[in-house]
Amino acid sequence: MGESHDSVKSKRIVFVTVGTTCFDSLVRAVDTQEVREALFKKGYTDLVIQMGRGSYIPTKSTGEDGSLSVDYFTFSSSIAEYLKSASLVISHAGSGSIFETLRLKKPLIVVVNEDLMDNHQSELAEELAERNHLFCARPQTLYQTISGMDLGSLVAYQPGDATPVANFINRFLGLNDE
Amino acid sequence: MDNVYSCFFSDMGFLNVAISLIIGISTLIMIRIFYVIYWSSKPRYSKPPGPLTTLIVLGSGGHTAEMLNLLAVMQMDRFKPRYYIAAATDDMSLQKARVLEDSLIKKAEVEVVGTSHFLQIYRSREVGQSYVTSVGTTLIALTHALWLMIKIRPQVILCNGPGTCIPLCVIAFFFKVLGIRWSSIFYVESIARVRRLSLSGLLLYKLRMVDQLFVQWPQLKSKYPRANYVGRLM
Repeated sequence: MGESHDSVKSKRIVFVTVGTTCFDSLVRAVDTQEVREALFKKGYTDLVIQMGRGSYIPTKSTGEDGSLSVDYFTFSSSIAEYLKSASLVISHAGSGSIFETLRLKKPLIVVVNEDLMDNHQSELAEELAERNHLFCARPQTLYQTISGMDLGSLVAYQPGDATPVANFINRFLGLNDE
Repeated sequence: MDNVYSCFFSDMGFLNVAISLIIGISTLIMIRIFYVIYWSSKPRYSKPPGPLTTLIVLGSGGHTAEMLNLLAVMQMDRFKPRYYIAAATDDMSLQKARVLEDSLIKKAEVEVVGTSHFLQIYRSREVGQSYVTSVGTTLIALTHALWLMIKIRPQVILCNGPGTCIPLCVIAFFFKVLGIRWSSIFYVESIARVRRLSLSGLLLYKLRMVDQLFVQWPQLKSKYPRANYVGRLM
């Protein structure tokens, strides 16, 4: 009898997103042979790159030659579907991107864009990395992060709750009656 | 007696009277400012107030997402009418606010018809704009903010950065000082701010123009003791 779904190889997709920014150094780093090989060695089959406003165009690949299949696009009205079908997400350090991914409980590597003027974004990525909710890297260190990462060390992020703030405001304004 | 006064006016001169008046009025204003700052930090109403006119300042992207998260757990029937203000160049935020308000109508828990308004405000400065032209655009933005504040006169202001909220909060503060309208100003610092406050947050904190400032990470609470740490919103 055997496996009835032999012909359907389960895909393990790596989704790269830069949001609405221009983050050529990340797209370049992901498109290097060493990063692609590192991902392939880790068992990923597909690489999908959302390149945003960047000018560097990655090289598409069908992966027929036994390597990573690579595809890209610029924007999408909602990346939720891409995030849901991904086995690994590599994202810029925007808080929206980060929390959308963490809510879906996907393994996440956040790459900080050092070309940005005021890089307060790195604070959030570093703090969450310290709490083991994600991995933090720079475009130059992406390869090492991928080769050395242990997904088992990641801790799920418990979503926050705005109710304490609302309650505080209510108490301050005397709205908690009875 | 008459002689003393006529001597005073003729000898001392008008200039000294003017200076005394200026010093007197300045002192009164300073006292009023300290009074406003002191009472702003105290709980506002001793018994539950009626519905409060609320101004919600939306920033771009992540800021709006956080604000909508907060609004989703607030009692909307106590905060009305609601005025949403976003920067003129920000299309997404007002759209998202409309979606939230529409969902309230669908839930029909709240008497919402006609209680929410969506407005745009000119930005003081666009990213990368030269500082020379920024002076002009900031003045225009301030005038526009003043016009909106006079129209709305909110009792509650909710904001979480970025710079769009500063002109509005500064005007609100002066409305308090001048007795035009007392507003409770709440600023929620973004979750992306872990170790340093944003410029907006820092200004409002240092100048004591915010009634209550909320931070989402304990490091900021240690650094800014007057801030409130009540966990993360996202």
